[in-house]
Amino acid sequence: MEDLNRKGEILIFAEQDNGVLSEVPLELLSKGRELADTLKVPLACVLVGDKVGGLARKLIQHGADTVYVADDPRLKDYQTASYARVVGDLITERRPQICIFGATPMGRDLAPTVASAQRCGLTADCTDLQIGNYTDPATKEEQTSLLLQIRPAFGGNIIATIVNPYNWPQMATVREGVMRMSSADPQRQGRVVEAAVNLDGMDLPVRVLSRVTRARTVNLKAARIIVAGGAGVGSRENFQLIRDLAGVLGAAVGASRAAVDLGFIDNDHQIGQTGTTVRPALYIACGISGAVQHCAGMQESAKILAINSDRDAPIFGIAHYGIVGDLNEVLPMLIKAIRGGASIGQAVAQHAEPKA
Amino acid sequence: MGYTSVVCVKQVPDTKRITGNAMREDGTVNRAALPAIFNPEDRNALEAALRVRDEHGGTVTVVTMGLPSACDVLREALERGADRCILITDRRAAASDTLATSYILSCAVGKLKPDLVFCGRQAIDGDTAQVGPQLAEKLGFTLMTYMEELALEGREARVTRNIGNGRETALARLPALFTVMESANEMRPAAMRKIMKFKKARAPMEIANSVKTALGVSATPEALAAETSRRTEELAARGLLIDQWNLDDIGARLEWCGGAGSPTRVNRVQSVVLAGGDYREFEPTQASIGQLVAELVQDHTIG
Repeated sequence: MEDLNRKGEILIFAEQDNGVLSEVPLELLSKGRELADTLKVPLACVLVGDKVGGLARKLIQHGADTVYVADDPRLKDYQTASYARVVGDLITERRPQICIFGATPMGRDLAPTVASAQRCGLTADCTDLQIGNYTDPATKEEQTSLLLQIRPAFGGNIIATIVNPYNWPQMATVREGVMRMSSADPQRQGRVVEAAVNLDGMDLPVRVLSRVTRARTVNLKAARIIVAGGAGVGSRENFQLIRDLAGVLGAAVGASRAAVDLGFIDNDHQIGQTGTTVRPALYIACGISGAVQHCAGMQESAKILAINSDRDAPIFGIAHYGIVGDLNEVLPMLIKAIRGGASIGQAVAQHAEPKA
Repeated sequence: MGYTSVVCVKQVPDTKRITGNAMREDGTVNRAALPAIFNPEDRNALEAALRVRDEHGGTVTVVTMGLPSACDVLREALERGADRCILITDRRAAASDTLATSYILSCAVGKLKPDLVFCGRQAIDGDTAQVGPQLAEKLGFTLMTYMEELALEGREARVTRNIGNGRETALARLPALFTVMESANEMRPAAMRKIMKFKKARAPMEIANSVKTALGVSATPEALAAETSRRTEELAARGLLIDQWNLDDIGARLEWCGGAGSPTRVNRVQSVVLAGGDYREFEPTQASIGQLVAELVQDHTIG
């Protein structure tokens, strides 16, 4: 067994894009804080980019004790080789016991590269992280205080708990939106430390020519109410019914993977294991059968209303309210009831229909 | 001229078609109850490699790691136009996690000295998307994840990547590894002539198994060996032999393969039982729906 650095800190990769901090490191900091307090070790972030030092303050306010800043003009654009070098060098120097990355396109590119170079384990797309014990089934030897990396697998049909008992750091990527972000504490103090940037003589293999990004057209994570449609909606045109209901409720429009695959709506709206994870106050699932992959992304909603013509659809198994019926009939009735409902409902309806 | 391309593919259980009997009581997966398919995004990886060959010439070799039954996807790759297929199969590779898998693949792919390696972005059984990047790291190749478009000029690739909230276009130096998105292309259909030809392609282990069946239990080991080598030579002569490599053939260090080379351990597996709260059903009538809405307004869920 290799020497395990049990005093090692927890290190979070603080993803930023063009000088703007992503939300996911802030989500990871709240979970990281909890894990660091359990292990009684410091919580650190690594911030990589060009002129990004100003973002360290926010990371400290959200729970970081230390922020390592790797600042260099050559790190302006993300590319695997340079970022993996800088993060890998820091891991080699600091020997953190746990490293956590967001399971974003960047994190899912960087983390496996770093893990491969470090020859350590990596668990992708975790939905929960805990500290716990592990007994090796072969040797019966128990190891305490390991990172339990919990993730759905097999298309979401099973939940596996993965551990890295022998080769540290214990590395994981965590899906966006699954950890609750805690609020900032403006009084919080921490250290900002310059990280080494050893890129001299490194002939970077990639030259970025252009990047066109667009803001997400829909903010599902922030929505209080979500109306989501599935394959049962039937067509792209019929998805208007979903939008209409969302309109009267002031809700965001979501979709199952099936609806996206069928071309009813674009994948910004996708909720589930391979989409956004949400936990709104009310989730209205219309024509969604409730495949495990979808449920994994919405089952923590405070209230779930399922509308489906198939009484045996699994979605009813997690719903609080159910209406068994044809959504083409049910949704207009629902819209009518909301419009004609209490005064609050009318105010919302006016908002949705400027003509009225 | 032309580029030497390697495509890494995986045979996966069709997790989209999981039904009740695919899950055992103890929460493990009964793989036998699921159809095995060509991992969807690996099809896109194969198509990307075939398009490079169409345009620039060169060769396309398809590699998979798995049991001999994984030859089904290799035959499919031959039907679509692959030049050569290699099955990496070895009991000592069992229980490999992504790190060990990428190491084993790096030993095999490295032997082929490719300019370009194509992988699907991720496999639908694990959804980890780790093997591609880790293979690139082990080979020392330039990594280009989430590829949608590719144009080659000399030793440089111009790549358009789907970075989630947009697209990036970049120049990457060869040799390079690309992980290919479903949105990149659509795999070409197989020509009937090729289907008829390559359905007979076999790997040595498959040949040995069918010889055992054909000659029966009474056959001597010598007779089995003689018949196996006869059939193997015959298939090779007709270009229908799927190459088969074990860990020794690729010079892999055994301590980095299989369970021993895998730092991750599965601690616990639970099947997903989605627990609902209190469930109440409302009739699909205006009155009943009105009552539901009134309740939701009452408890401030709506408004």
